[in-house]
Amino acid sequence: MKVGRALALAKKDWKRIFREPAFLFIIILFPVMMTVAFGTSFGAVGGSQATVFNVGIVSLGPGANSTTASQFVGDLRATGVISTQNFADNRTAQSALSQGKLQGVILLPSTFDSTVQSFRSYPNEPRQWVNSTVSLYLDKGSLLSAQTIPSIVGQVLQQGVLGTKTVVAATPFTVASPSLVKVEGTSMFTMFAPGLFAFASIYMIMMVAQTYTAERENGLLSRLLVTPTTSADVIMGSVISYLVIGLVQALLVLACVFALGYHPATDMVGLLVGFLIVTVFALCNIGFGLITAAIAKSAGAATGISFLFLMPQLFLGTFVGAALSGTAQAAGRFVPAYYVTDALTSLFTRGAAVTSQTVLTDLAVVSASSVIILLVGIEVFKRFAKT
Amino acid sequence: MTSVCAVVIKNLTKDYGDTKAVDRLSLSIPEAEVFGLLGPNGSGKTTTINCLTGLLKPTEGTIEVGGLDVQTDGVKARRIMGVSPQETAVYSYLTGKENVRLFGELYSVPKKSLGGRVDYVLEKVGLMDDAGRRVSKYSGGMKRRVSIAMALVTDPKIVLLDEPTVGMDPQSRRAVWDFIVELKDKGKTVVLTTHYMEEAEELCDRVGIIDHGKLIALGTPAELKAKYEARNLEDVFIQLTGRTIREGA
Repeated sequence: MKVGRALALAKKDWKRIFREPAFLFIIILFPVMMTVAFGTSFGAVGGSQATVFNVGIVSLGPGANSTTASQFVGDLRATGVISTQNFADNRTAQSALSQGKLQGVILLPSTFDSTVQSFRSYPNEPRQWVNSTVSLYLDKGSLLSAQTIPSIVGQVLQQGVLGTKTVVAATPFTVASPSLVKVEGTSMFTMFAPGLFAFASIYMIMMVAQTYTAERENGLLSRLLVTPTTSADVIMGSVISYLVIGLVQALLVLACVFALGYHPATDMVGLLVGFLIVTVFALCNIGFGLITAAIAKSAGAATGISFLFLMPQLFLGTFVGAALSGTAQAAGRFVPAYYVTDALTSLFTRGAAVTSQTVLTDLAVVSASSVIILLVGIEVFKRFAKT
Repeated sequence: MTSVCAVVIKNLTKDYGDTKAVDRLSLSIPEAEVFGLLGPNGSGKTTTINCLTGLLKPTEGTIEVGGLDVQTDGVKARRIMGVSPQETAVYSYLTGKENVRLFGELYSVPKKSLGGRVDYVLEKVGLMDDAGRRVSKYSGGMKRRVSIAMALVTDPKIVLLDEPTVGMDPQSRRAVWDFIVELKDKGKTVVLTTHYMEEAEELCDRVGIIDHGKLIALGTPAELKAKYEARNLEDVFIQLTGRTIREGA
């Protein structure tokens, strides 16, 4: 493989993107349009868009009526995002939830106070903790409440009641989906924004598939292979061009979401790691694009077939994932885009450190799966795509 | 005195399932010769060219180009070859100049000489004035000429041109012919396929007529005309391959 050749081929791809309107639209304009559309539609612009969720509180025993429990409820209200209403029993609260009067119900366990006290006494000795589960019932029809309430509950439990200053690996509390959400001015767009980075990149599958299929159809791939250019040069050319495109997309989406009021809760290092994850994810999309090109007999067919790979990533791996059923969400774990969105949500929305377990695990999964999919794509294309 | 062979094909056979596209073809082409490979559609010309370039793996037989085995020394062999394929394989979104320059870069032509070389070949194929236009705006004949320029930008020792003048007007065709003659004068070996018998007669030192994958005639145009008592090469061709219209590439 020769870097000069790969760069020459990459430059050719970049020229195509800026000279062919369809490519320019899909790669550059579409992500920008979608970001602006989501921003304007889901509350990023237009003044204060903070949503207030009505949540029912049910105390399941004496410990749930303690000072610590009151502090927890007070902290929830202090976020400005949750208003609370006490219920005498779970049945009444569930009834209000099912009638749409509430967006969620929180069940405080009888051991709530002893759990808090045990953590405060022995913060570094998990064996001494009294473990409790804070149960949540949420309105499944409300995407925003399903995404936001567990995050806020998790944050308030950790930073409020338990008094931890940073993300900790373990606490005696178990919540449905605990996370640390920056709650001020939370809008639906805040939940969507990290997914837009993966969303933009996913369409590369279509572009790569169309490029390779068209070049195969009109004899350009054959022509390249009768020069000293090797298959490795051709693939490396694509990798270089689409890695840069992935980075450009990420910068454009960042500029758009920033302009729309979403300010990532991270520093420059966090942004760089986020961009690294999005850029690595481009390898996965090149791989899926090559598999598509191997199957498709024409560039037109490549567009259709690319949706086989594009749609699962889109629905299971980007911002719409949380609104899906439990099964669908579990299926999302098999989609690389899920880990991109998860990592960016942790970094940009939850303010997690780049060294946090979630971010590192997501980075590892995205890297490993992307490289594997790229290698599979190369092999499948070599075997089945007759040049 | 024995001449050095630029291309040596020994017992080349290429099967596609039960079909023999090329059947035990043997051929030697000396350096600085313009050789015409003629044949009806589907006779095996393009398959032979594709085996020569290493794009297809022969079922049997060997091919040496410039003393290099195309199968075992493929990259080195391709470095000394310039190939203009049958399809007009050019990047429509690049300009003519960018297409030619890209191929110069793929052959690692040194940067300081690349610009001059690109301009030279574009001038030779009569595209200098349109070099800055995107190929998507070119006519079919212009695309063909860019394709030839792409093959020749590296100043290759051996040039393979698969139907180089298809779709060209007489002026463009004449420019390409002049360029091929100039290549021969410079000692380059040119292997071309064509359906234009007058083109083969005008340009080729020797021609080989291939049908059903077999070489059925080989010699200079004059030798073949004399042997088959024909007025021109087209009559020789019709005598040998018949009047039945063939389908396929």
